[in-house]
Amino acid sequence: MDGMVGKKSSLVWAVHLSLAALVLLWLFPTAGLFVSSFRTGDQIASSGWWKSMVSSEQNLTLRSAAPTEQQEVDGKFVIEGNLFDGREASDISVWGVSSKAIADYKPGDTAELRKGGTASVQTNGDYRLEHTEAFTGKRGTRIFVTATIAPEFTTENYKNVLFNPNNREGMAKAFMNTLTVTIPATIIPILIAAFAAYALAWMDFPGRALLIAVVVGLLVVPLQLALIPLLKFHNQIGIGKGYIGAWLAHTGFGLPLAIYLLRNYMVGLPRDIIENARVDGATEFQIFTKIILPLSFPALASFAIFQFLWTWNDLLVSLVFLIDSTGETTVMTKQIVELLGTRGGNWEILATSAFVSIAVPLIVFFAMQKYLVRGLLAGSVK
Amino acid sequence: MHPVFQGLLTILIGVSGCVGYFYFSNLFLDKVLFPASGPNAGRNINRANIVRPWLFLFPALAALGLYLAYPVVETLRLSLTERLPNNQSQFVGLANYKQMMAEPKFWEALKNNMLWLLVVPAMSTVFGLLAAQLSDRVKWGNIAKSIIFMPMAISFVGAAVIWKLVYDTRPVEQDQIGVLNALYLYFGGTEPNTWLTIPFWNSFFLMAVLIWIQTGFAMVILSAALRGIPEETIEAAIVDGANPFQIFFKIKVPQIMGTIVVVWTTITIVVLKVFDIVFAMTNGQWETQVLANYMYDKMFRANDWGVGSASAMIIMLLVTPILVWNVYNARKEMR
Repeated sequence: MDGMVGKKSSLVWAVHLSLAALVLLWLFPTAGLFVSSFRTGDQIASSGWWKSMVSSEQNLTLRSAAPTEQQEVDGKFVIEGNLFDGREASDISVWGVSSKAIADYKPGDTAELRKGGTASVQTNGDYRLEHTEAFTGKRGTRIFVTATIAPEFTTENYKNVLFNPNNREGMAKAFMNTLTVTIPATIIPILIAAFAAYALAWMDFPGRALLIAVVVGLLVVPLQLALIPLLKFHNQIGIGKGYIGAWLAHTGFGLPLAIYLLRNYMVGLPRDIIENARVDGATEFQIFTKIILPLSFPALASFAIFQFLWTWNDLLVSLVFLIDSTGETTVMTKQIVELLGTRGGNWEILATSAFVSIAVPLIVFFAMQKYLVRGLLAGSVK
Repeated sequence: MHPVFQGLLTILIGVSGCVGYFYFSNLFLDKVLFPASGPNAGRNINRANIVRPWLFLFPALAALGLYLAYPVVETLRLSLTERLPNNQSQFVGLANYKQMMAEPKFWEALKNNMLWLLVVPAMSTVFGLLAAQLSDRVKWGNIAKSIIFMPMAISFVGAAVIWKLVYDTRPVEQDQIGVLNALYLYFGGTEPNTWLTIPFWNSFFLMAVLIWIQTGFAMVILSAALRGIPEETIEAAIVDGANPFQIFFKIKVPQIMGTIVVVWTTITIVVLKVFDIVFAMTNGQWETQVLANYMYDKMFRANDWGVGSASAMIIMLLVTPILVWNVYNARKEMR
């Protein structure tokens, strides 16, 4: 049918192009962070990530070895080495010895140094400094080169952020903490909600319609209202700030959606099955565990994914109910916000930390997209 | 005890506790309280069936009441009281609200929230509708949908980092590493901008983040609605010579209007609660304050529970019309 409408080839092209533009626009920001997390801090700071995919001509400021390395050869003092020491070799097109004239010499030329002596640089970065007197000073001579740099990526950032035990800003602990919050906070509400949803879907009792209305109403109550009263409550019963409080809060806040989704799904199950089971003498508890629960698997999976994403990505509940002044229980979102404040310019740390926290939800998302879509449709269109 | 074991233990206790509760309470009801045998078997079965729904509902109702219903009432009470040193509180009427209204930061937050409410749901719905309509007509539509839907899985904080890189600014003589400034300079801008510090417009740069996240949601729902449109109506329009744009705007959009409203209101709720994005990107500086972040500031930085609760009540007030509308619709459907 749509084929008929889209017969005009110009329109078909317009559809393809505008959708491609939209997709690129949506992918581009995430791709930027992803690519950046594999670059060194210097690379990120010196060129845009979109230039990192192809060989690019860059202006670099490099240093020769320090004067302590000099050797005396035939009455001359010489410092030799390669400018790209330890880095991927690159092709130098022009170079200079002053920041005001960075392109005065070609590879193989010899330049006069300001402090006396001469320097020569080859295409591959080999250099040779010569002087009749000894070189002085602590640091090597600055040499400015314009070089074609091949794309270069590193997994060093991830090693540093995840596996370096000395890195106090590392994400390893926060990752475990997030996991510790997430798993119980995903599983417990499912069970509680499933029983309630069954009662609301298949049992007759006075006030049922009212309760369903209340659940629908509670769906949109902002959890901002719950912060202070519940923190007070948690302090009164003695659990204070900690995992238990966070689990309880996530359970409470997740329940309306859980009950709503599961009820909507259970109502749609065939009446015959349940009636037959009742006639055959099954108790309500048996009906629920043997029939309803297995049949409701898709809805349970939908909600589990929602709750998982929500608790994994949450910041506010953890800030209020979990993280105390020791910071031992910090979660990844909080850690990233802190890094944004203290390491705002260190994109290699920020990008990598952020991607560590994004990776798990993305895997869950792509693996279970079907259930997520189904849940969304059940949750809002009705 | 290591928190991971504590977590596993909690899962175990939580799950077995729930199962145990439901199993034994049902058993107690059927065997001890109202046994389905003896002289009153019939009456007992009826009685048990009256009580049973409440057994099933009790844990959920208790949690809902404690974690959502009670806080609404308690917040209302707190917003009308002043905290005194020795854990006491004193009724002060509307003083907290008056104090809040006198603060320019509150009006800035309210104004920004209104701006967010106007822009984000509208743009998300429009982009979502566009993406849904376009991706239904090409073969690679499912891949396109996955990619546009993907930001839904990313945390607001993660999204904040992603977009901070987009908005990054370097001094003019260096290469720009933020794509927005790179594009701006490429298309003839002279000076790179620090986008997040330009008053008024910076709110829009924050909104872009939420639009980017919510468009996928709108797309998924609207795509399903578009597919649900009866083919005959479109066939009839084609026979009558309608062009694709007329079909879209005059035939398809009116038929999915109900869904559009649902999407719109759902995103509106998200916008009213938006906190993480502002908290992580600007923390309300440079006139980007919003209500949820204002409330957090008051409650946990200034430790002023009264004004904090009052601003939370404002958020609740703004949500209430949608709450009522949702409940109304849900009841209509059930009848």
